[in-house]
Amino acid sequence: MSDRLTRADVERIAALAHLDLTPDEIVLFTPQLAAILDYAERLQGVDVSDADDTWHPGGSDCRRRPDTVRPSLDREATLSNAPDGVAAASETGGFFRVPRVLG
Amino acid sequence: MPAAAGPAGTETATSIRDAVRTGRRSAVEVCGHYLDRIAEGNGRWNALTAVFRDEALTRAAEIDRRRNEWRDRPLLGVPITIKDVICTRGQPTTAASRILAGFRPPYEATVATRLREAGAIVVGKTNCDEFAMGSSTEHSAYGPSRNPWDRERTPGGSSGGAAASVAAALAPVAIGSDTGGSIRQPAAFCGIVGLKPTYGRVSRYGLLAFASSLDQIGPLTQTVRDAALVLGVLAGRDPRDATSVEAPVDDYTAALTGEATGLRVGVPRALLESGDAGIDDDVLAAFRQALDAMQAAGATRVDIDLPHAEYAVPVYYLVAPAEASSNLARYDGVRYGARCGVDDDEANGGSPIAAMYDRTRDAGFGPEVKRRIMLGTYALSAGYYDAYYRRAQRVRSLIRRDYDIAFDAAGGSGVDVVAMPTTPSPAFRLGEHLQDPLAMYLGDVFTVSANLTGLPAISVPAGFTGEGLPVGLQLVGRAFDEATLLRLGHAYEHHTPWSNRLPGLSTGS
Repeated sequence: MSDRLTRADVERIAALAHLDLTPDEIVLFTPQLAAILDYAERLQGVDVSDADDTWHPGGSDCRRRPDTVRPSLDREATLSNAPDGVAAASETGGFFRVPRVLG
Repeated sequence: MPAAAGPAGTETATSIRDAVRTGRRSAVEVCGHYLDRIAEGNGRWNALTAVFRDEALTRAAEIDRRRNEWRDRPLLGVPITIKDVICTRGQPTTAASRILAGFRPPYEATVATRLREAGAIVVGKTNCDEFAMGSSTEHSAYGPSRNPWDRERTPGGSSGGAAASVAAALAPVAIGSDTGGSIRQPAAFCGIVGLKPTYGRVSRYGLLAFASSLDQIGPLTQTVRDAALVLGVLAGRDPRDATSVEAPVDDYTAALTGEATGLRVGVPRALLESGDAGIDDDVLAAFRQALDAMQAAGATRVDIDLPHAEYAVPVYYLVAPAEASSNLARYDGVRYGARCGVDDDEANGGSPIAAMYDRTRDAGFGPEVKRRIMLGTYALSAGYYDAYYRRAQRVRSLIRRDYDIAFDAAGGSGVDVVAMPTTPSPAFRLGEHLQDPLAMYLGDVFTVSANLTGLPAISVPAGFTGEGLPVGLQLVGRAFDEATLLRLGHAYEHHTPWSNRLPGLSTGS
């Protein structure tokens, strides 16, 4: 499967992963990722016909909690690390500013 | 007691706690001693990425003032370091990544809260591979940490700075995280003790998530007793982490009886003897000696079979990147960290915000993180999900089943612990595997299974190679049975001289 991993595949995955890779990175990563995927091919020979999926090793110990309102981080603290946050204290503040969404 | 390490270099958390508790030493004096060692030595090892001198000394003075009131706190006055992937409120937490440069979390990880409440003093944050992805600390925005036994070699990773901080006696205790061996492998490479608790044993609230079905937090220490002491502080259910479990927390130090009578130690002989694992001759020799020492301590050796263990590395390197690709989607230049600005005309008619995401992530993440995000995205993408991710999750179940059979007394081998080397080879040279990610991954052959299965595992010092590099013995236990692991590790430690050795440190030059 992975012997067909091409630069075009890597570009496609990079777009899915929101990574604006440079041409040099694409050249570097293509054979490295192909080698790892080739190595992973050995899993294809394992008989998994009677195996369930293990999503996480904690078993099925999912617990519920009451859906009650509790305090969380205040706005000021939440915005404190934002590269372009507008402080909650200002007149119209309390949000993250981002570039235009539509092209 | 090696004199080269300095008069206080071999102090343990237990001995410091006892001295501070009884007033024989002041917390300020102990803390100042370690801060001085850090100031002198950190340039040599690059173990810490941030040092909190003033805050640490202020806290130490408070401990001295309230010594009587706080005398029962289990880590009273013990300086500790915390890996840079664990949030400490208001203090830099960057995961050794450019994308989190300047980040100061507005909240505290539960483990940090518990440690502080137990009387520990956080002296700094430790270097690691970016977002804990790596086995050498070379994938750090701060540059690699160095191995105190040989500066040209890696201390391991991803908790390499943590291990180096303990081995170089910059702190008696370091807190690390372990997703595929990131506590145990650096502990082995640096000749110290490293414990990965059972999945669910310790809260991950405030740990920057890498792979959520694998991540655990645990201690790196000079002795098994200290690991037991610290685990007792870390362990327990936390309402803020839904995966933390309500299981009773044992008295781990009480489990340290000094003997291993009656314990059955399973040895996966086929795994060790297959050429696939590529075990170094000196490592195998040290492991055989370790088996003899455990027998001398009263344990019985049992050969077992782990037929799917050879698939652990490929399973891990599909599952962990898949989870990472999802977890790291949050680093997008909006809520925290760095952002690469984009002018509207640079978006080429596309969405300016999408262009900002893509550029921020490419500039902010290093190559190993990008490789793993790419690998995970691929394994989860349409058309490949069943062949890669889904299949890996099924083989993962088979790996766990092998262990269940080994531990099962009724139909299986009935062992209490499974033993193997922590790593197939000792610390490698910086740069040795940097261009060949797969070669780096293969070194994780013995550690990743404990994460895939969730089982607890410890690495304890098991001697040295001919070149004088430390070797680790790994013990894997039943779920939530850290007490048995610690008991055997402690008994082994007391039948060997290894844990009393520290590297010949020359921090001043």
